[in-house]
Amino acid sequence: MSITRAMKRYSAFAIAREAMSYHQNWEEAWRSPAPKPKYDVVIVGAGGHGLATAYYLGKNYGITNVAVIEKGWLGGGNTGRNTTIIRSNYLQDPSAAIYEKARSLFEDLSQDLNYNVMFSPRGLLMLAQTHHEVRGYRRTVYANNLQGVATEWIEPKRVKELVPIINLDGPRYPVLGALYQARGGTARHDAVAWGYARACSAMGMDIIQQCEVTGIRSEGGKVVGVNTTKGAIDCGKLGLVAAGHSSVLADMAGFRLPIESLALQALVSEPIKPCMDVVVMANTVHGYMSQSDKGEMVIGGGTDGFNNYTQRGSFHHVEETVRALIETFPMISRLKMLRQWGGIVDMTGDRSPILSKTPVENLFVNCGWGTGGFKAIPGSGWAMAELMARGHSPLTEEFSMYRFREGKFIDESVAAGVAH
Amino acid sequence: MLILDCPYCGVKAEETELQAGGEAHLKRYGPGSSDEEFDGYMFMRKNPKGVHFERWRHAYGCGKWFLAARCTATLEVFGTYPAQTSAPPADLQAKIKSKRPNWEGYK
Ligand SMILES: Cc1cc2nc3c(=O)[nH]c(=O)nc-3n(C[C@H](O)[C@H](O)[C@H](O)COP(=O)(O)OP(=O)(O)OC[C@H]3O[C@@H](n4cnc5c(N)ncnc54)[C@H](O)[C@@H]3O)c2cc1C
Ligand SMILES: [Zn+2]
Repeated sequence: MSITRAMKRYSAFAIAREAMSYHQNWEEAWRSPAPKPKYDVVIVGAGGHGLATAYYLGKNYGITNVAVIEKGWLGGGNTGRNTTIIRSNYLQDPSAAIYEKARSLFEDLSQDLNYNVMFSPRGLLMLAQTHHEVRGYRRTVYANNLQGVATEWIEPKRVKELVPIINLDGPRYPVLGALYQARGGTARHDAVAWGYARACSAMGMDIIQQCEVTGIRSEGGKVVGVNTTKGAIDCGKLGLVAAGHSSVLADMAGFRLPIESLALQALVSEPIKPCMDVVVMANTVHGYMSQSDKGEMVIGGGTDGFNNYTQRGSFHHVEETVRALIETFPMISRLKMLRQWGGIVDMTGDRSPILSKTPVENLFVNCGWGTGGFKAIPGSGWAMAELMARGHSPLTEEFSMYRFREGKFIDESVAAGVAH
Repeated sequence: MLILDCPYCGVKAEETELQAGGEAHLKRYGPGSSDEEFDGYMFMRKNPKGVHFERWRHAYGCGKWFLAARCTATLEVFGTYPAQTSAPPADLQAKIKSKRPNWEGYK
């Protein structure tokens, strides 16, 4: 195992110290090593989930002979393309457990990683705009209370207090109330990836970027290594954490997944003065919005309908999203949009993730987070590390890839009609 | 914008009048099949990065289901054909093979 020099901690004192040399001598946040011939654990995909898996393998289980292999740059997949909504107000018990684990880890993640991930539990509202939604969200509040997730049902008057720019009596869908999670919010997406990467590197793990996995080798039903554009790498255990490319990797290992890859887009406006300090999701009209610290309105909507690996989405979906949000927030109608982009999301039939063993021994998958996995990164990494280290985890038990065959869906598609 | 020729009514249909229906040519398994066969048909998907055969409905046109061959890595459309077939037509497969020599063929 390569031992690196101890990571210098970030602090106010460090800023003063580095100022002495005009900030020319900050050490690199992580090393960029060449791959070794063999690791105990190889993780494919340096998105948030892959990096968090590696981090908790080291932190919770002392497994540090680990490589995280990334075909592009770390955090350049969906982790760096998402709209950063964090919440745990799901309906089913297994979801509440893993998403609330993640949300609670976010609370002190900056301290844990010594990296400011800018977690902002500013509060999150899911608007109810049909009577069906009112019933659905009231049910979710009851479920959340039983699960120990703090959410509440709020009436339109309170919605208006929290979101003064909202139009309560839209012509099509008036706001009838909202499901409110006061400690939901946002975090800085890149910082989550960078913070985990820096902490992994400091533990001696190798993050190997610009290195594509092109094949998976197994012997007698057991995984033994991967082939990459930087040569063959052997491993004891292998974790596939590749979001939209999970089916491609599973195909290399000789099995299929219940996953389809679709494009999901987001856009941001020009920066404006603070006007909304909560996250608002409107699932019936299909749009959601929050304001970034820079002042941009961050906007997202639904996925395209067809299989796609291009990170480009269809324009008419952008139009639908914007139309929905202008109806909900009339004051944004004159805002100019600055940027628009897409990511490839990994969709399962029940809209719940897969953290699972596979038909190949010592090969594990973590995927299917689809449109909503940023919020889950710490909890998913925590659970995946336990699954890989010990062979089972109470948090992943229900998320097996075999649940479909067994009819044990974790149906979250009704609870969240919108992508986030 | 995705444009597909509807093989029934001949209309050049753009995306907003079409509805995507997922993987084509699924072999259906019902009562009497093994759990694995049913799982494979009902839930597992090829989801390839490259040549994909898929179902589409001309939802705001003639209303009929048809099939299309498309590249999911470039969004290139190879062609469309009527749904009453259990495999892609030979001439379409040949056309794809000429454009994608590394394509391992329809399986
Ligand atoms: C527009 C958009 C908005 C979203 N909004 C939200 C939101 O508000 N809240 C929320 O919770 N979630 C949201 N999501 C979902 C969230 O982004 C994802 O669920 C999450 O980031 C997935 O993280 P990951 O680490 O699994 O995948 P990724 O970050 O995509 O990482 C996977 C990595 O694997 C790499 N890889 C793939 N194949 C190979 C290979 N063969 N070899 C080596 N490396 C490979 C990729 O390059 C990639 O970097 C959104 C997604 C999108 C696209
Ligand atoms: Zn037609």
